[in-house]
Amino acid sequence: MADPILVMQGISKAFAGVPALTDVGFDLRAGEVHALMGENGAGKSTLMKILTGIYTRDAGTILLNGTPVTFENPREAQDAGIVIVHQELNLMPHLTVAQNIFIGREPMRGRLIDDQQMIQDARKLFDLLNIDINPAETMGNLTVGRQQMAEIAKAISTDARIIVFDEPTAALTEKETDELFKIIADLRSKGIGIIYISHRMDEIKRITDRVTVMRDGEYVGTLITADSTKDDIIKMMVGRVVYETPKTHSTVPPDAPVVLKVEGLRAGRMVKDVSFELRRGEILGVAGLMGAGRTEMARAIFGADRRDAGEIYVNGKKLRGTTPKDAVEAGISYLSEDRKRFGVMAEMDVTENTTLATLEDYVSGPFINNTKERHTVRTYISQLKIKTPSERQQVRKLSGGNQQKIVIAKWLVKNSQILIFDEPTRGIDVGAKAEIYELMNKLVHEGKSILMISSELTEILRMSDRVMVMCEGYKTAEFSIEEANQENIMHAATLRN
Amino acid sequence: MDTNPALRPGQQGRLKRLLSNQRTVALLALIVLFLFFCVAGDNFASYTTFMSILDSSYYIGFLAMGVTFVIMTGGIDLSCGTVMVCCALISGQLIKNGFPVWPCLVLCIILGGMFGLLNGFMVSVMKLPAFIATLGTMMISRGLGSIITATASVTFPSRRSPDGAFRNIFKMISPDLPTGGLPTGLVLFLVLALVMGLVLGKTKPGRYITALGSNKEATRLSGINIVKWETLAYVLSGLFAGLAGISYAATYSTLLPGTGNGFELDAIAGTVIGGTSLSGGIGSISGTIIGVFIMSVLKTGLPFVGLQPHYQLLFTGIVLVIAVFVDVMNRQRQKT
Repeated sequence: MADPILVMQGISKAFAGVPALTDVGFDLRAGEVHALMGENGAGKSTLMKILTGIYTRDAGTILLNGTPVTFENPREAQDAGIVIVHQELNLMPHLTVAQNIFIGREPMRGRLIDDQQMIQDARKLFDLLNIDINPAETMGNLTVGRQQMAEIAKAISTDARIIVFDEPTAALTEKETDELFKIIADLRSKGIGIIYISHRMDEIKRITDRVTVMRDGEYVGTLITADSTKDDIIKMMVGRVVYETPKTHSTVPPDAPVVLKVEGLRAGRMVKDVSFELRRGEILGVAGLMGAGRTEMARAIFGADRRDAGEIYVNGKKLRGTTPKDAVEAGISYLSEDRKRFGVMAEMDVTENTTLATLEDYVSGPFINNTKERHTVRTYISQLKIKTPSERQQVRKLSGGNQQKIVIAKWLVKNSQILIFDEPTRGIDVGAKAEIYELMNKLVHEGKSILMISSELTEILRMSDRVMVMCEGYKTAEFSIEEANQENIMHAATLRN
Repeated sequence: MDTNPALRPGQQGRLKRLLSNQRTVALLALIVLFLFFCVAGDNFASYTTFMSILDSSYYIGFLAMGVTFVIMTGGIDLSCGTVMVCCALISGQLIKNGFPVWPCLVLCIILGGMFGLLNGFMVSVMKLPAFIATLGTMMISRGLGSIITATASVTFPSRRSPDGAFRNIFKMISPDLPTGGLPTGLVLFLVLALVMGLVLGKTKPGRYITALGSNKEATRLSGINIVKWETLAYVLSGLFAGLAGISYAATYSTLLPGTGNGFELDAIAGTVIGGTSLSGGIGSISGTIIGVFIMSVLKTGLPFVGLQPHYQLLFTGIVLVIAVFVDVMNRQRQKT
């Protein structure tokens, strides 16, 4: 086979002292589609951001056609022929397709932009790729699939030799996916090297030549796609040393009352059909890959987003309301995965954040009773071991773990019986993580129930009494904790419906 | 690092914290300005000047109190100035046509509240940008004032007539009352400032308005009806515009449909100078009052150092930009 056009060796990168990549290697040949796989947080994106000049590496070398290179910014990478087609497209929806493609390098006639030339050039480009798009059309009028093809055309127009696709099919229909694959095959035959990031096993089998698997920021191995099975790849993705003891059996009695029942939930594009039951004193883990619709499901149950179909029963009673207020009154609470955006009031203090959902209880006459408020908050500060100089501290000055505990405290003060925890330990240091696990166990012991969404399989296996798996908006499997293991969860999470 | 040996680390920290509170900086600026004019200006430190400062802070102060609530939500109310005049014009026109005075004054405040409700509805329910919604209301209220008065001026009953009794109460200072020079308007102003300060700082509505200005989504996800509380902020702003209309009518006899332009900008400037953040979630009524007074002191003081009143605009502009810059700097420092 041909010499590799790209070799990455010993790449390491740390953020604020936390290693994200350790000694990772990767290579790509001309006319090859090379898949890059791994769980969420395995380091795929970081590696690609280093390749395309978005991040700078701490150590390692990148050889492009045998020459060592270093890219300080995406522009330099682009000039060297490396482009990335992002999962979220970077385009100007109000400009035309041609204007988008040639932005920053418009053909000129004198001091004016030559629009005719630009449209002609774009048309030539589309002909080359056998894409049927009108270059004069406004970008925003195209479907996502079409927009992506325009983005690919843009990549080609810069004489790219290496194209990185980051989950390109996530937002595409079946037909659009087929068209995309045709284009990829075409690019490959033109000798362009393609790095293909995807979670979808059948796509990997269908279009890639080799698969490289990463795990926890390290290189695991590379397989020839044709010679390997789906199971081989999954084993490489999950086959880690288990550093956290998984739960061996559930202590929830099988006849424990159902506190939350969801039937045929459908919401937006991301939640297509989800039904499940949550029992008293149980932790139900929700596993799945990024984009499986888990957060969207949680938000729909809580009323944060609109429900299109489906019923929700709390303690056997149908939940009629559709707003977060109704859900809170029914005893449901929601701990968001995105603390900054949906969790805390950063400018306000610990007390104000903690009592926000229960303020009614602290009002005597026209005024808020600060003494009573502070008394409650102090109790929770010590109970949850929140590290803060005082209850008047501005929340923005606390660590992520402590902010998370404050949001949990808010719901504990409310005494919600059903707690939806969305990625409860994301971005939290190990010590605080253990404390949150301990707290969750204590809560279910007291008879509360937790729906725990987590992208960490070890966390799912350690905490859950039962595990449900989602993939592309559907519930694809449910396991008791005795049956569940990393392989069967990953299987269900990569099923394409 | 330690450039001033007189400051120990602890003291330095405290000073830094004090200066990072914009309200404190504004208060210091107010005192410095006042002292400057006392020293540099001839006859500045007199009873008349002092009254004139209070007088020009009066109705702008009411507007600013209301608009503080709106800015706390992260919104803006550009309509408060013209709503104030519109309400005063309508009630004045009714009085002119023989309606009893007191109900018309109550109507003035209620009308203001209605305009506020309209703003709140457009911003919170229809999800229009606050800037555009209240710009629309600004034009509507101005047009409405002109239509109802047929672009003629409206004169309120004189203070000596029985119908003009309200002016003795709402005027900043009323020498004609039997009690002599009792500053009834000032008392009203200070009492309302105190009440609104408590509402913003110590009550449930104040807490919810602050919370939704700080993080609207997080507040909604805490089970709080954000539409209700956001609307309330605009209604408060409208009610205070109505009240400012009465106090304006009490101070000046005659109102023209064209007056009131730019009052909202003075109110917003005062609020921002006093430390209320335009992105919402941070602010106080006491800061707003300080901000309004800074502007009045500038306005009243500049002629005493030989500068014409129109220099006031120039200097207010400079103070406003500096105040917002201090706010931005403080926020950036906190982020890192």
